[in-house]
Amino acid sequence: MTVEFKEKFIEKILLLIAFSSISILALIAFFIFGEGLPLIWKIGPKTFLLGGRWVPGQGEFGILPMIIGSFWVTFGALLLGLPLGLACAIFLCEWTPPWAGMILRSAIQVLAGIPSVIYGFWGLVVLVPLVRNYLGGPGLSILSGSLILSIMILPTIISISEDSLKALPPSYKAGALALGATHWETIWRVLVPAARSGIVASIILGMGRALGETMAMIMILGNAVKMPSSFLDSARTLTTNIGIEMGYATGDHRQALFATGVILFLIIMFLNTLAIVLSRRRVG
Amino acid sequence: MRINRKRYLTQNVAKILIWMAALSTMGVMALIILQVLSEGIPVFSPRFFLDSPRSMGREGGIFSTIIGTIALTVVAIVVATPLGVGTAIFLGEYTREGRISRVIRFGIGCLAGVPSIIFGLFGFVFFVIYLNMGWSILSGGLALAAMILPTIICTAEEALKAIPYSFREVSYSLGGTKWETVTRAILPNAIPGIFTGIILGVCRSIEETAVVILTAGSSLIIPTSLFAPVRTMSVHFYILAREGISMEMAYGTGAALILLVLFVNIVANWRLNRYIRKRA
Repeated sequence: MTVEFKEKFIEKILLLIAFSSISILALIAFFIFGEGLPLIWKIGPKTFLLGGRWVPGQGEFGILPMIIGSFWVTFGALLLGLPLGLACAIFLCEWTPPWAGMILRSAIQVLAGIPSVIYGFWGLVVLVPLVRNYLGGPGLSILSGSLILSIMILPTIISISEDSLKALPPSYKAGALALGATHWETIWRVLVPAARSGIVASIILGMGRALGETMAMIMILGNAVKMPSSFLDSARTLTTNIGIEMGYATGDHRQALFATGVILFLIIMFLNTLAIVLSRRRVG
Repeated sequence: MRINRKRYLTQNVAKILIWMAALSTMGVMALIILQVLSEGIPVFSPRFFLDSPRSMGREGGIFSTIIGTIALTVVAIVVATPLGVGTAIFLGEYTREGRISRVIRFGIGCLAGVPSIIFGLFGFVFFVIYLNMGWSILSGGLALAAMILPTIICTAEEALKAIPYSFREVSYSLGGTKWETVTRAILPNAIPGIFTGIILGVCRSIEETAVVILTAGSSLIIPTSLFAPVRTMSVHFYILAREGISMEMAYGTGAALILLVLFVNIVANWRLNRYIRKRA
């Protein structure tokens, strides 16, 4: 075997490995769609997406309550998680005494490492009773879910926003300070706007993470299938719908859960594409 | 003068708010960890770790779930590491930026964002049913491997990128082929970075619940083959807490889970620093 042949051979093998890595994505799409799409066609995409009733026993599969539930929980998580995350990112790159930065960085690392079932459990034993006692309602609610999710998405938002702030050329900061801006004005009017595509990407990825969370949400949201009317209502999301019922579903019911997965997959793919396009865009 | 004072006032208010945000992030972390550890650590005893769960987990320990966690993680890492590092080498060393590399990178980016429940559904319909492996260590490990693959690829690629170009030039000028350059000059220096990716993968596999519950089942029996179903610590914790079987055992399992993840992280950092110091 000549050296050249060996080199070519290795290159082909590596190409094969690289393609098999991304073929996993294709396989996932193929199998989820293969199980879910037939049911969507059978009952009609409109009834499936806009139907308000989910009664698997009677063959009624409408996932609108879950879509609304997912939307509210994610929105609530961003409402709290975004300002907190952005503030932490600014803290890490601009004003930090090194010791405080180190503590916050390890805190974030630990937060990223806590299993989602632990978040769910903590929410269940600490947050849910608080919400029930002080704000009323069942406690198992969109509010509790959003609070927990906002903590869970913090590591994502902080690390990506921080990277994009750090990637800015130092001349931006120097220029603004030289023009007589205060440090805060430099951060808020120059650095944050300049890093906005990275910050938006971090928001979108945080959104994807919030939409995709399953186990913690099963434990906190209460899982009632109905249109939520306030933040104190119990709700069910697309992911929890799959997670709760997959264990015992058969036939059409199981296909309907895969169909829920199809919708979730499509939403996430859309968000991913958006985030990838945004983070590719460079400053300047 | 007055305008100036107002500007500095805004700055100080912003400073206070940002400090508050940072402190509350640290505070929430501490609250969660302390709550679970303070209730969970008193449950620890040699029996807790060396006995298998009895009567659904109400009594006994968590031994079989520890074995389950280790088995699934090992399968996931063994499958995902060669695939991930191979892909990273291809992207970093064998292609120029072009259409092929862009397609692969896009695919990996998308795969990284896929929620775990989707990996669970996929693993269930593909490994468990279509390939007929049943609820087993193999199905669960393969589904987890798919999930951690993007993490391993991205960190390995970063590690390769961090190697100075001169290493490659020296190797080529000594008559090394491309493959020799990769295996002798680049990979040995990229090992700490690749190792970080593997550790992140280990942590994600230990934490994961949704994928495992759909692909590896939740049997409490100690597995004897790759085709046996298992229950991991996170699944055990979830079932104990959600079905209200035993709060005491749930806290104990939760504390063990948190300590395990922290331990893996600390050991990884320590080994890495040693490795870097030795080579430097």
